[in-house]
Amino acid sequence: MTDALVFRDVRAIDPAVGRDERCDVVVERGLLTRIGPGASQGFTPNDRVRVVDGGGCWLLPALVDQHVHLREPGYEYKEDIASGLAAAAAGGYAHVCAMPNTNPVNDTRAVTELMLARGAECTGARLHPIVAITRGLEGKQLTELAELKAAGAVGASDDGRCVTSSTMMLRALEYARNFNLPIIQHAEDHELTQGALMHEGEISARLGLRGWPRVAEDAIIARDVLFAEYVGARYHAAHISTAGAVRILREAKARGISVTCEVTPHHLLLTDQAVLGYDTACKVNPPLREAEDMAALRSALADGTIDVIATDHAPQSSLEKDCEFAEAAPGLVGLELCLPLMLGLVREGTLSLGRLLDAMSTQPARIMGISAPTLQERALAELTLVDPELAWTPATTRLATKSRNTPFLDRTLVGRAVMTLVGGTVVHDLAGGRA
Amino acid sequence: MSEERLTRLLGIEDLSRSTAERILDTAEVFLDVTRRPVRKVPTLRGKTVINVFYEASTRTRTSFELAGKRLSADVVNISVATSSTKKGETLRDTVATLDAMRADVIVIRHAASGAPQYLADRVRAAVVNAGDGMHEHPTQALLDAFTIRQKKGSIAGLTVAICGDIAHSRVARSNAQLLRVLGADVRLAGPRTLLPRHTRFLGCPVYDRIEPAIEGADVVMMLRIQQERLGGAVFPTLREYARVFGLNRTRLERAHPDSIVMHPGPMNRGVEIADDIADGPRSVILDQVESGVAIRMAILYLCAREPGQTVGA
Repeated sequence: MTDALVFRDVRAIDPAVGRDERCDVVVERGLLTRIGPGASQGFTPNDRVRVVDGGGCWLLPALVDQHVHLREPGYEYKEDIASGLAAAAAGGYAHVCAMPNTNPVNDTRAVTELMLARGAECTGARLHPIVAITRGLEGKQLTELAELKAAGAVGASDDGRCVTSSTMMLRALEYARNFNLPIIQHAEDHELTQGALMHEGEISARLGLRGWPRVAEDAIIARDVLFAEYVGARYHAAHISTAGAVRILREAKARGISVTCEVTPHHLLLTDQAVLGYDTACKVNPPLREAEDMAALRSALADGTIDVIATDHAPQSSLEKDCEFAEAAPGLVGLELCLPLMLGLVREGTLSLGRLLDAMSTQPARIMGISAPTLQERALAELTLVDPELAWTPATTRLATKSRNTPFLDRTLVGRAVMTLVGGTVVHDLAGGRA
Repeated sequence: MSEERLTRLLGIEDLSRSTAERILDTAEVFLDVTRRPVRKVPTLRGKTVINVFYEASTRTRTSFELAGKRLSADVVNISVATSSTKKGETLRDTVATLDAMRADVIVIRHAASGAPQYLADRVRAAVVNAGDGMHEHPTQALLDAFTIRQKKGSIAGLTVAICGDIAHSRVARSNAQLLRVLGADVRLAGPRTLLPRHTRFLGCPVYDRIEPAIEGADVVMMLRIQQERLGGAVFPTLREYARVFGLNRTRLERAHPDSIVMHPGPMNRGVEIADDIADGPRSVILDQVESGVAIRMAILYLCAREPGQTVGA
């Protein structure tokens, strides 16, 4: 263990504190001690001091993903906590919030503690459990949110299932407010999406696949916004996918209602056209929509209507993906691909780098009550060193996640996290050659 | 005929007009074969056709089986619904198994849209879609086009009304596309709850009553109404369906006096089609069945023939 980690000649960027400068950054015993031009003076590499030559690479506050599926307990053949947290670290993340649709469902203290204990044993990002809103995700009985929060829960969601019952949703918002936990809704009117396999539109009609209409998402979000206003709760809409959802949430925010929302990289980059040929890698819930939705999501992300970019990292094995489209399980892996994919949006001018980091670190940390990584002296070192010009292809790269379900496998990506520090410790390190 | 072998028939959407016409022309020859006293030719002797049916089917499976046998191919029928999927075998493994048996043609029916394409991408054999989910039923469309051509001489310029449960019908989807490619004006009609919300790709006018669709039509094609769609949120009762959307004598009077009436079967007599119409002089429903064997012979032949082999051989 080194006492000092010195980044020489990096571009230190932290829009939350107005920092963007070419300088040196020094980490001593896990804390940021010096940031500034020439801060590395006096440090020479030895067995207690490591000097990383940044060569202009970007040093950023580490990322936070408030929506991932780590599959443990229950589905360890798809992913487990160790591989998931390693994948997160490799993607530049210091904190991830794990959804409760494991087996058993994370609706009891025992499961929450098991996940936290496993996470603590692993090298990688830090795990923050999101617990179920209702027992067994069945929508019938609230979980013991007081005890679950005491055990370490940072929010509640029945993700994968929508809380469709109006009574249950209203009560959940009220009860969660009691313990200051956000309620994260997977907005889908399941009655309207019965048997649905993709977005309802011309493509679903051509492919003969039952469609998932936008209105099944919009109707739930519209209702939930009214509920959030009524009881004054912390409401967060997961993975919004439609132009209608954007419009409803924009209006709600303008009226001062306490709502937040997230978007996934795949909904920002792909449309239902990608499903042509029955590509199961593009089967996801909510489904990939149309160009007008993608445009609305992009501009809402840019103007801050959409607070957060979350991966909805959902590993699936080939058993779930190499099959008939109707049989395929939904979901994409995203932890190791999200930052490079989003940097593409920055390069093409859709998004400022400042907004990107806000949406991938500061905002999700704020919403989930996690102490936000920051580039300030005396702060805990939770950093990501990014080589913004490194070109790589997921298909030919050893990924940390156990699964390969992504349509971006063969895409040439530009930019990659080469080093990640969590809690002052290096947990991902491709920068060896630069030392 | 030195054209290339047909390696897959997955849908009308990716079928060229010239290939469609080649199938129709070839079927003319085989229709004659099926009308001979000895209805068998040695054309595909030594070739293997496997019919894999993941969905129950009587007429389509029998039609393919007879087509293969009349061409002297070795025909094997597998009803997967009753065998290996119950044991949990994946389509991927079933596909690999079939491929290892070296079939020349695999005919597949499956409840999942896209399953024939999944198969075709993974086997050496030619693959023929015998109906996949709500996607396509290309051999039905081809046999319907063949029947129309037999009865009307040609398809170009005809007006065809397709009526009923358009939203869930692979028959409607394939027929609308094929008949348009062959030059017909196609109209779609049905109650709004049984019409697809998106139809631009079909390029046909859509009506929420059958009367305007039938008006002056040369061909009236009625679709089967699935009983399980009734009595819920989609449609109230059979009685109301028959009264408002069923084809009866009065409604048929709107069609061209020489019009023909078609139905892919199986029919719900008295529901989408009145008894006297189904058995009446304009009905070509049994001609469709006969055409089916000829069309499938043509398709199996074009898929499995040796290079340079001609129909007469």
